[in-house]
Amino acid sequence: MEKTDVSIFVSSLKKSYKDKEILKDVTFSVPTGTIYALLGSNGAGKTTTIRILTTQIRPDGGTAHIQGFDVAKEPEKVHRVISLTGQFSALDESLTGMENLLIMGRLHHLSAPEKSAVRLLEYFDLSASSSRRVSSWSGGMKRKLDIAMSLVGSPSVLFLDEPTTGLDPQSRLAMWQIVRRLRDGGMTVLLTTQYLEEAEQLADQIGILHRGRILAQGTPSQLKSLLPQGAVRFTFRDQEDLRCAAFLLGKWQTSSHPAECALTVFTDGRADTLRELFRHLREGHISVRKFSELSPSLEDVFLTMIKEEKSYGKNKAKL
Amino acid sequence: MEKTKRNYRDTLTIAWRCLLLSCRNPETFLTSILLPALMMLLFVSLFGSLIHVGGTSYTAYIVPGVLIQCAAQGSSTTAIMINQDITSGIMSRFATLPIRRRTLLSGHVLEAYGRSLVTSAVVLLIALLMGFRPALSLPGLGISFLLLSGMILALSWLSATVGILSKSAQGASSLSSLAIILPYLSSGFVPAEHLPPLLRTFARYQPMTPVIDSMRAALAGAPTDAGTLAAALIWCAFLTVVFYPVSVLAMQKRLSR
Repeated sequence: MEKTDVSIFVSSLKKSYKDKEILKDVTFSVPTGTIYALLGSNGAGKTTTIRILTTQIRPDGGTAHIQGFDVAKEPEKVHRVISLTGQFSALDESLTGMENLLIMGRLHHLSAPEKSAVRLLEYFDLSASSSRRVSSWSGGMKRKLDIAMSLVGSPSVLFLDEPTTGLDPQSRLAMWQIVRRLRDGGMTVLLTTQYLEEAEQLADQIGILHRGRILAQGTPSQLKSLLPQGAVRFTFRDQEDLRCAAFLLGKWQTSSHPAECALTVFTDGRADTLRELFRHLREGHISVRKFSELSPSLEDVFLTMIKEEKSYGKNKAKL
Repeated sequence: MEKTKRNYRDTLTIAWRCLLLSCRNPETFLTSILLPALMMLLFVSLFGSLIHVGGTSYTAYIVPGVLIQCAAQGSSTTAIMINQDITSGIMSRFATLPIRRRTLLSGHVLEAYGRSLVTSAVVLLIALLMGFRPALSLPGLGISFLLLSGMILALSWLSATVGILSKSAQGASSLSSLAIILPYLSSGFVPAEHLPPLLRTFARYQPMTPVIDSMRAALAGAPTDAGTLAAALIWCAFLTVVFYPVSVLAMQKRLSR
């Protein structure tokens, strides 16, 4: 492992709670000075991964290194280089912005906590409200302060657990801007998100976490080529037609739902492709009872892909 | 050496933060300043003429009890604050800082101690206004201060444990309010002999009775019974020594859940 090039190195991480396996096999690495997004739905294991990497809980198996320090064996050293902004704002609402930052500065044993606080308030454009109690601030401002508090002590690796969940669109854009600026300043950022768009906008690398595994990983454009751009659903008269259709449309990725006599076909989203599909069905003399276009959410697509993986041995989701 | 100094500084930082939070929380202000004053006033005016205690005024009789009860009240505020710190995620944030986790708890306890001393001062002031005149002997005042401090610390560490183990702030508050009832089941407000048999036995063996009895004697300038004083000191030390590590362990466990 190159200490200088890779900031976060995670290898086959496992974690179970009672008999529930939260993390089955999580492996990824994040180059220094880049943004890595862990993308996944609720319960995929995002927060558990973050909690292991920030030394809050110990993994049952596997290893994780931050800047070369083992999170399980050298938590104190890890604490010196990381910082965490959790899913929910962790700040004191009845203190002012300045006081919140001062306390963080003192706990980091800075020689001049006041200076650092003033600088961070300026950086996040919060100076004007710094002496007002945080309880009177807007959600976006609170989130900014939350991040500012994480930056006290100049960490080299920043963990952001769902940084924009619950923010209005404008604050979300501002947050993206902030995260990019931090990356451009040389910081390594690991963030988790449920939103495909956010991962696409921000991340240099995306890892798709599903049920405790990294299903796919790559740059946004690499992943995009993996993801079907569109999906349509045909409903047929009987099982016979369904089977025929599945066979005829074999060059596309499909998933059949025999109970409803329906077939989902993943396409590249172009209209010409639709014409192709209909042409194949017409040539096979299969009549379509119902047709609908689906806008595949990440969740749907991946659930389908996993099913595909099992039933047909197609393994398109893996890089 | 450097590390110890750093731990002290971190404890002070956390205590300062808690103090700021307490000062800005109207409820905490109410329970630590107004309520104690009212309790002193109410008890004396309601029961002062009904309950006769040998050899002293009722005001002087209940001062130690009210002090201990207010300490219990104050420590339940700490249980709630610690619980909120955990459920809000602030503890998790602090836990990833380069500080020792136990300083987070000792900061809370230090603030509880300071806050309870302020509360005690309010109680004493009201008592003085109501005619309470403690014996101004240095050993007597010293013993009273020592016992009060010991009880505050013992109750605070107990509350810290309760705050960590409770699922919610409500839970923390209701559990720790049991400590507020304890002074009633002691010699604090009514001489223990006047209690029903079962409660009398309980009162005799619970920690607050020897603390209150010793304080009362010390404040009156009477000689304190050595056995009672020893029992009082041992109780305070015992509770602190037990609940300090228990709360630290409980926090490690809770934060890594």
